[in-house]
Formats: sequence, structure tokens, C-alpha cells
Amino acid sequence: MNDTAQIFEQGEYNFAYLDEQTKRMIRRAILKGIAIPGYQVPFASREMPMPYGWGTGGVQVTAAILGKDDCLKMIDQGSDDTTNAVSLRGFFEKTAGVRTTYETSEASVIQTRHRIPEKALREDQIIVFQVPIPEPLRFLEPRETETRKMHALEDYGLMHVKLYEDIAKNGHIATTYAYPVKVNDRYVMDPSPTPKFDNPKIDQMAALQLYGAGREKRIYAIPPYTKVKSLDFEDYPFEVQKFDKPCGLCGAENVYLDEVILDDKGGRMFVCSDSDYCEERRADGHLGPMAADPAAHQFGATQAEETAR
Amino acid sequence: MPVRLYLNNVGKSFTMHLQGGTVIPVVEKVEFSVNAGECVVLGGPSGAGKSSILKMIYGNYRCDEGQILVTAGDEIVNIAGAEPRKVLSLREDTIGYVSQFLRTIPRVSAEDVVAEPLIAQGTSEEEGVDKARSLLSRLNVPERLWTLPPATFSGGEQQRVNIARGFIAHYPILLLDEPTASLDAANRAVVVRLVEEKKTHGVAMVGILHDQDVREQIADRIIDVTGFSAEAAA
Amino acid sequence: MNAFPSTDPLLQVHNVTRYYGDRIGCADVSFDLWPGEVLAIVGESGSGKTTLLNCLSTRLAPTAGAIEYRMRDGTMRNLYQLTEAERRLLMRTDWGFVHQNAAEGLRMNVSAGANVGERLMAVGERHYGNIRSTADDWLGRVEIESDRIDDDPRSFSGGMRQRLQIARNLVTRPRLVFMDEPTGGLDVSVQARLLDLLRRLVADLGLSVVIVTHDLAVARLLSHRIMVMRHGNVIESGLTDQVLDDPREPYTQLLVSSILQV
Repeated sequence: MNDTAQIFEQGEYNFAYLDEQTKRMIRRAILKGIAIPGYQVPFASREMPMPYGWGTGGVQVTAAILGKDDCLKMIDQGSDDTTNAVSLRGFFEKTAGVRTTYETSEASVIQTRHRIPEKALREDQIIVFQVPIPEPLRFLEPRETETRKMHALEDYGLMHVKLYEDIAKNGHIATTYAYPVKVNDRYVMDPSPTPKFDNPKIDQMAALQLYGAGREKRIYAIPPYTKVKSLDFEDYPFEVQKFDKPCGLCGAENVYLDEVILDDKGGRMFVCSDSDYCEERRADGHLGPMAADPAAHQFGATQAEETAR
Repeated sequence: MPVRLYLNNVGKSFTMHLQGGTVIPVVEKVEFSVNAGECVVLGGPSGAGKSSILKMIYGNYRCDEGQILVTAGDEIVNIAGAEPRKVLSLREDTIGYVSQFLRTIPRVSAEDVVAEPLIAQGTSEEEGVDKARSLLSRLNVPERLWTLPPATFSGGEQQRVNIARGFIAHYPILLLDEPTASLDAANRAVVVRLVEEKKTHGVAMVGILHDQDVREQIADRIIDVTGFSAEAAA
Repeated sequence: MNAFPSTDPLLQVHNVTRYYGDRIGCADVSFDLWPGEVLAIVGESGSGKTTLLNCLSTRLAPTAGAIEYRMRDGTMRNLYQLTEAERRLLMRTDWGFVHQNAAEGLRMNVSAGANVGERLMAVGERHYGNIRSTADDWLGRVEIESDRIDDDPRSFSGGMRQRLQIARNLVTRPRLVFMDEPTGGLDVSVQARLLDLLRRLVADLGLSVVIVTHDLAVARLLSHRIMVMRHGNVIESGLTDQVLDDPREPYTQLLVSSILQV
């Protein structure tokens, strides 16, 4: 616990910033979301001391579920030490004083933007997603009144129109992130802008998944061990991205990789997007093909910096 | 021979609302019947109501009074009071109409125009078009025109296409509205033969024919409609 | 073969009335529509024909009256007692609606193929290849070249858009199609082509159609039966050629005599 985290005990902030009435309201929304997997529950999203787009939805969900004994991990695009993750971790250290960690297995609550850890989550963990646009039908149907009716009536033909267009224009389903899923054979849901590589992880996941959209004032959830099916066509089945190389640093295969530019002469490498996973593997003695490269060595020592997608 | 068509006390007048509600009487107390295999020709000067009678039988004009009974299969239908869909169904399988004027349909070829009524009665498309071609050929429509839409044909060619269309299908009742007007002698002879063929098939026909020669050749009976003139009766 | 088998009516309309406040939209309209029948509703602007069409197609609830429809399972259902789910299913499978303005009936920002395929996907078709070949087949039937299948309707001419809208509606083999001035706003030559296409599709598929038009030539070419509306009331109805060749009501006589003879 650092110095600033003491502040909450001095009475300046309530625990985890939000007042207890607000937390209760949010917990109700969460419970309703869990009861109706994939259904977007409206909630009275509060002003947070950070701009919309920084994860205000996720922060409110986390604040509502956090207890003093929890251990919090913050991820931004797989990394624990990029701006968003650092800021939000600092926010909770300051307002809740909870223990924080980089290690996936140590955390009881993981708030994430755009990734799911490579290491399988457990039943005693909760993962909170930051969601910019919760409505998967929004780009096809701008009217909220209509999208609500479509959800109510399971009128989801339009989702496949989007996938059809993808195949017609690109020869394959080119949607690579925010790839729509059907939860528990009922609601079509936007799994937030995670790469579709992570979609198989949310199917039958042991951990509870909570999704918060602050600007759009929606919360939704997937209870543990729930069926989550990525939408597709019979002749164009859902597929995740494949990488033809292992991670340059730890040699991991079948993980989501980020491209890292090493110099201005075209040098580049691919490394695990999940920095904690990569570090743990290297600590266990796994070495990737570029682990010996001086540039990579220097880079690996200072943690993989996430690059723009 | 059995009676196919029976007009009983039929009357018709037009009310011209755009001309101050003037009522123009047309015919009154029309009564005649037509047997199978018989061709009845309506006589009388123009304006006497021949065409109106024909159109009432076809359901094209309303019948204000009386009954127009036709035998359709096992039932007797009164056209004067029949529902639109009943009239349409009779036009498909019971009553045919050969008129002077072809209402052309864009982009449909002459042979398809001719074959349509036969195909509608259940004949295969192939057989229908075959029969259409043979009729067009009998009526001396040049072969190069068969696959073209008739909209651009000459008046005589259009008329012959329509005659072929009128004669192609089997209707127990056939209405002939000046089928030979403006035809040359050779084609008139073809029409006479077509009518004779229909007679042998037991078709009951009602016609309007101004052509004296043709009338004499095909008419079994001539009914003078001036006897039904509304004014005469009044 | 008979195009008018003596089956039961497909649609039964009983005393349908729609008020807009104190004003009458349409009043006390009743009729039956049989399978394979094309009914034209004619009249000038403001006569209530579009109001009636919207009432029939469940787009506008009538103030009074009932509309019954024979579902595919043969049961007669009151349209305004259907659940929203049943109504939507009906509208995207057993019914079609062709708008005067094609942009209202199409998704202008997705390809022609997806426009046609949408109804198939909505009823659960999940095989891309099948959806695409069905869409291609239907584009062919409405005379749109195969190589336009991936183009947006925004790049289509007015006539093509209208033909695409028709394909999009007919792909699920509906039994009843509503049309609101389908040839309105098109060039005469484009109109003629569209009418001919409609005439053939309607006959080939045995469709029942309720078509609203102010153009008596369209009514004559497409419809079996006609209803003339004025001031919200049906003033004359019957066989199309009978009403047009032997009009009885003063207003109908005026309408018929107003046609320009070319």
C-alpha cells in the first residue's frame, strides 16, 4: 500500500470512490445482468473523475464489487503498465487502498481493456471489461427503440447481414475485434473490442465476466460456465487469428502477439500481448528466437510496450 | 344440342354523370339462347347495342337487369351477379373473346401473347407455343415477327395476332367481335375455317360481323337486336 | 389449371376505419382477398388509399374494424391480435411491402446481395454460399446483372432499386404483397419494364397483391379487381375492366375520362 492509498481512511473519499448507494444500484444492475446472461441492463452511470473512453464503465463496476481483501490487476491491451492501466490502477490504489498485482493468477478482480489474459481464469476470479459501445446492432440499426425490440424478439438476422457483407467484400469474415457472440443461445452480445482471438476464452469461462459501458450506461454479464458462441456461417465457420511465429521473447505459441518496431531500419519482432504471461514464461526458462538479440534483450527488460494496432 | 348460354330479360343503360346525368338507354328485354356448336350472329345497325350485349356476356360491361346464364362444367352461373373472381375464372376456362383490338403488353412476344390463354388452361409451354406458331402461320403472320412484341406491328398484323389468341384455347363459349373487319379475303377464309372447326368441337358462339359474305358462311341464326332497342320497347 | 381455385379467402377486411383526430383517413372498408388475386386501390392523393394500405399491412392500427389473415397453417388470425414476434415473422416471410421510394424498403448501405439475403438470414439461413446463390438467382429474375451483387443500391438507378426491392421482398416466397405506387416517379420506359416484370412475377408465383396507385393504366395492367376511393370511402369496386370500361359513379367516370389518350 503506498502513501496516497491512505487517503480514503482520512475520510476524503468513500472506499473505492463511489458512495454506497451508487454501489448498491450498480450491484443490482450486475445481479440482473448475471441473471439474464448477455442482456444489457441500463444503469445510472455516474460522472467519474476521468473522461469517457477511459474506462468509466469498467471502473464503476470494479468499484461496486471491490472489497478490502481483493487483489486487483489492471490490463490495457494485454499490458499492465501502459497509460490506461497505470492510471486506473493508481485510481484504485488511491481510493480503495487494495492490493494490486501484475500477476494474473494472484488477482481476484481483473479489469481489462481489449484483452483477456492468456492464462485460464479461475472460479474465484472476476474479469471486468471496459466497453465503449455495448450494442452490437448499433451500426446496422441506429434506433435504440428498435434494437431493444430486436433483442426482445431475438430478431438477429441483421447481425448476419454484417458478416455476409464481410465475406462478400473480403472473401472471409474480416471482423477481427468486437466480434459478435450469442450468449446462452439467447442474446447477441458485443464482447467489447477484444480481438476475436479471445472469443473462445469467454465460452464456458470459469470466472464471472462483467461488462461496463459508462457513457452508454449499460452493464451486462456472463456467469461462469456459460455457452458463448461466436456468430458465423456454416460454410465460413468462426476462426481465430493464427500467428505464423512464436513470441520472440518467450517462444509461446497460440497466444496473441503484438508487433514491436525495434528500430527505424525495419527491425521488428512479435511478442506476447499479455506481458505478465510472457514474463512468467521467461522466468521459467522459456526462450524465444529473438531473446538473445541485444535490441530485444533491452526491450524485454523494460517490458513489452504495446504498439498501436 | 345443349344450351350453353341464355340471356333472360337483360337490360342496360349508361348514366353519363359528366353530362348532367344523362341516361342513355342501350338495350332492354334481351332474350335469346345459344346451343353448343351453334353460331349466333347479332344483327342490326351500329349503335343498336350489339357490342354492349357481347361485353355484358363477357362481364366487361355491367348488366343492369335480367340474367346472363352460362353453363360452366356442371353448374349454371349468372354472369350478371357473379363475383369478380368468378367472372375471371369463367374467362379462363369457359368464355373466350375475340376482339378487334389488341391490348399489347410490353416486351411479350407475339407467340407468347397467342399461347398465353392455352397455357393458362394447363397446356405445357412447349405445346402452347407450337400451337401458337401454327395458328400464326395459318393467319399469314410472317415468321420473322413471331418472337417480337406486337406493339410495333401493323394494324392488320396485330389484329391477326389477336385472332390467333382468341381461337387458340378451348372455350365452350366464344364471343366474336368483328373478327374479320379489315382482313383480306384469304385471311377471312382462314377465320371462317377456324369458326367451322370450333363448331365441330361443340363451341357455342355469339358474333358481331358486318361482313355479309362471312356472316352468311358461319351464321346458323341471325338475331336482330333492334328488337331489343330500349326506345322501341318504350 | 385454374388461377382462382375456390379456396378460402386469404385476407378478410371488416369495416376498417381510421380517423386522424376528427378527420377521416378511411371509413368502413370491407373486402375479401383470395389467393392469387390482385386488388388495385385507386383514387387521388388524400383519398385514403395509403391509409388503408397501412392499416392492412399492420403499419397503422385502425380506429375500428378488424382484419383477418389466413396464416400458413390455415388458421384465420386477427392481425391486430398477433404478438409483435408473430407480426414480424409474418412481415418478413409471408408478406412483402414494396414502397414507392425504394430507399425506404432497402438498406442503402449494404450490398444488393445482402439486401436480398437479409430475409433468409432473418429466418435462420446460415449457409453463405446458399444465401448468395439464392440472392444471385433473384437478382437474375428481376433482371439485375450478377456482377452487381456486391454493389450498394446507392449506385443503382431508380428502376434497378425498385427491382431490387421487389427481389428482396419475394425471396421468401410471400403469399401477400402490398405495393404503394411501385412505379411512381419512374420514367415511362422504366415503368413499362417494371410493370411487365411485376405482372409476370405475380402470375408465376400466384401472389396475392394489394396495390395502391393513382395510375389507372397500372391498375388495368396488373389488377384483377379494383376499388375506387374518394374522401376515405370506397365508392365503387369490381372487376378491373368492368369498372374502367363501364364506370358507374360520377367520380369514377371523371377519373376514367381524365386519362390522357396517347
